[in-house]
Amino acid sequence: MKIHEYQAKQIFARYGLPIPRGYPAFTVDDAEAAAKRLAQETGSPVVVVKAQIHAGGRGKGGGVKVAKGGAAEARELAQKILGMQLVTHQTGPEGQKVRRLYVEQGLDIARELYLGAVIDRDRRRVAFMASTEGGVEIEKVAAETPEKILTVHVDPTVGLAPYQARQLAFGLGVGGKDTLGKFVKLLRGLYDVVLREDCSLCEINPLVVTRQNDIVALDAKLNLDDNAEFRHPEWKELEDKEEEDPVELEAKAAGLNYVSLDGNVGCLVNGAGLAMATMDIIKHFGAGHGVAPANFLDVGGGANQEQVTKAFSMILKSSKVKAIFVNIFGGIMKCDVIANGVVAAAKGLGLKVPVIVRLEGTNVELGRKILNESGLAIQAAGTMADGAQKVVAAVGGGR
Amino acid sequence: MSVLVGKDTRLLVQGITGSAGGFHAKQMIEYGTQVVAGVTPGRGGEKFEGKVPVFDTVAQAVKATGANASCIFVPPPGAADAILEALDAGVPLVVCITEGIPVVDMLQVRRVLEGLAGKARLIGPNCPGIITPGACKIGIMPGHIHKTGHVGVVSRSGTLTYEAVGQLSALGIGQSTCIGIGGDPVGGMDFVDVLELFQADPDTHGVILIGEIGGGAEERAARFIREKMNKPVAGFIAGTTAPPGKRMGHAGAIIAGGKGTAAEKIAALESAGVRVAPTPSDMATTLVGMMSKAG
Repeated sequence: MKIHEYQAKQIFARYGLPIPRGYPAFTVDDAEAAAKRLAQETGSPVVVVKAQIHAGGRGKGGGVKVAKGGAAEARELAQKILGMQLVTHQTGPEGQKVRRLYVEQGLDIARELYLGAVIDRDRRRVAFMASTEGGVEIEKVAAETPEKILTVHVDPTVGLAPYQARQLAFGLGVGGKDTLGKFVKLLRGLYDVVLREDCSLCEINPLVVTRQNDIVALDAKLNLDDNAEFRHPEWKELEDKEEEDPVELEAKAAGLNYVSLDGNVGCLVNGAGLAMATMDIIKHFGAGHGVAPANFLDVGGGANQEQVTKAFSMILKSSKVKAIFVNIFGGIMKCDVIANGVVAAAKGLGLKVPVIVRLEGTNVELGRKILNESGLAIQAAGTMADGAQKVVAAVGGGR
Repeated sequence: MSVLVGKDTRLLVQGITGSAGGFHAKQMIEYGTQVVAGVTPGRGGEKFEGKVPVFDTVAQAVKATGANASCIFVPPPGAADAILEALDAGVPLVVCITEGIPVVDMLQVRRVLEGLAGKARLIGPNCPGIITPGACKIGIMPGHIHKTGHVGVVSRSGTLTYEAVGQLSALGIGQSTCIGIGGDPVGGMDFVDVLELFQADPDTHGVILIGEIGGGAEERAARFIREKMNKPVAGFIAGTTAPPGKRMGHAGAIIAGGKGTAAEKIAALESAGVRVAPTPSDMATTLVGMMSKAG
């Protein structure tokens, strides 16, 4: 789950991590009031108006602006940014509508650094990465100058040791007497955030050193581990539904896993690996014919007939879908449950596009019988390859 | 012969009184697995299906029944703890089926496993389990699609394991042991651990390895195959066409920062002599092609 910068900073504040003063703003009036308040609190009129969307690269896309002239200027900037369609390298070409702002005090910046914490799956540890190249895309630094990224791995039985934090501090050139203690404290606080808040990613880019030798998290990005939702009831309030694909939300509410893609074939599958393999095989046969998956509904292992009906209905309702491929290898999931769900949804909504079904595994004979006797125009496929080829033909490939 | 599990495996089921645990315990018993104990805290003294004794703790169950493997169906909030309990009780093989365990919990489990230095193995979590056809099934895979034989299957994906097994059995080719290692970013055995066992097992004559995008486990497998294996290995990598940055269902299946792409994995495997199936429908035939050539 992704959250906004201002929400991440509110979490940082709870852990005593240094952040600039700032206030979220949902309207232009909010933004002006926030700027006024900040000017009073800091004694400086300089504020930064920042678009809050669930994507990085906001500055480059024009979503972050500095107002040097106080509240009136902040209001003008807020007017421009609020409601804009912000396009960054992470949003896709259509961009993301800005509905929330964060108004923050301006800082006197001496240096910009990068600091991130990720789960390093190959080492099975939390890894802290730091770089003197702050404020730029870290992927670019990793690709072009990997030696500029410093990494330490944390032993979970020990926690982040002070010497590890010092290693990074000296590597970043913040080992001086004015900054070392502040950096070590920040890093150890950040490790607490990762563990206790169940973060799968935590990034501060940039982490700045001010001219007053303070170390401050100027940006904050936290991704939360969806698997840990059960122990974080407070996450409900962090959720911003307007940032999510409405269809993905609908699927999630029904206990289904949905992935939206750009093509024209709707896919109903069970299991994540099979979903990917189904996508691969459709593209394998469909590449030359403009045939590709539009979406995946993964019913997983434990779905009941109502969930399957819901899943198939969602695919039927998608306007992008020109054909449907049901590809199931039943394990725990029984083929008759799938067949009944498909038939119920198709009878409810009607079939307007060709449907190709490949069933295998538990109760396969019963599942096929249910489909055959339904009177619906469903094409059966023997294998994944056979099904994918029939889907490509159905969409118009090769005709 | 087979690896890790067989006729003499004595299984305990953690979470046997839950709906998933109970359902699959029955299925495993029907398949012929010796299910000797169940564990559910607070339900000690009961009998599952009137036969299998239920204990409050894993330590009690091991002491009373000599269980030497555990299968875990405990829901995510308690699953990592259940793994730790089994490891602490000295169970040498722990299979965790549970999907949705927080990764922070698994980091700790992983650290404990490393401290045991090979005395215990974990399969999973978020996996279908392990089966030696005709002898022992630990997990949730449909037993009837399997056939006794000499091909080892190892996979990060549950349904793709079934797919490969289904293809093999349809060709009349049986399996020695099939292991689903799970789709989570941090878990127990990885490809290399399983390949070591298949290489050492005289009854495994060839291997199908099913990987997917994300992480570096396939690349490590390729290095092992090149340096240590002389048995034919056919492979498939799911997610060749996955868009970067998009989580494709499995938490582990994500291309991050340009790393973990299918193209890199396929190239690494091919350079190690693995033949990678062009589509998921060709996994078994690809291996058969290699094995008939090898004689």
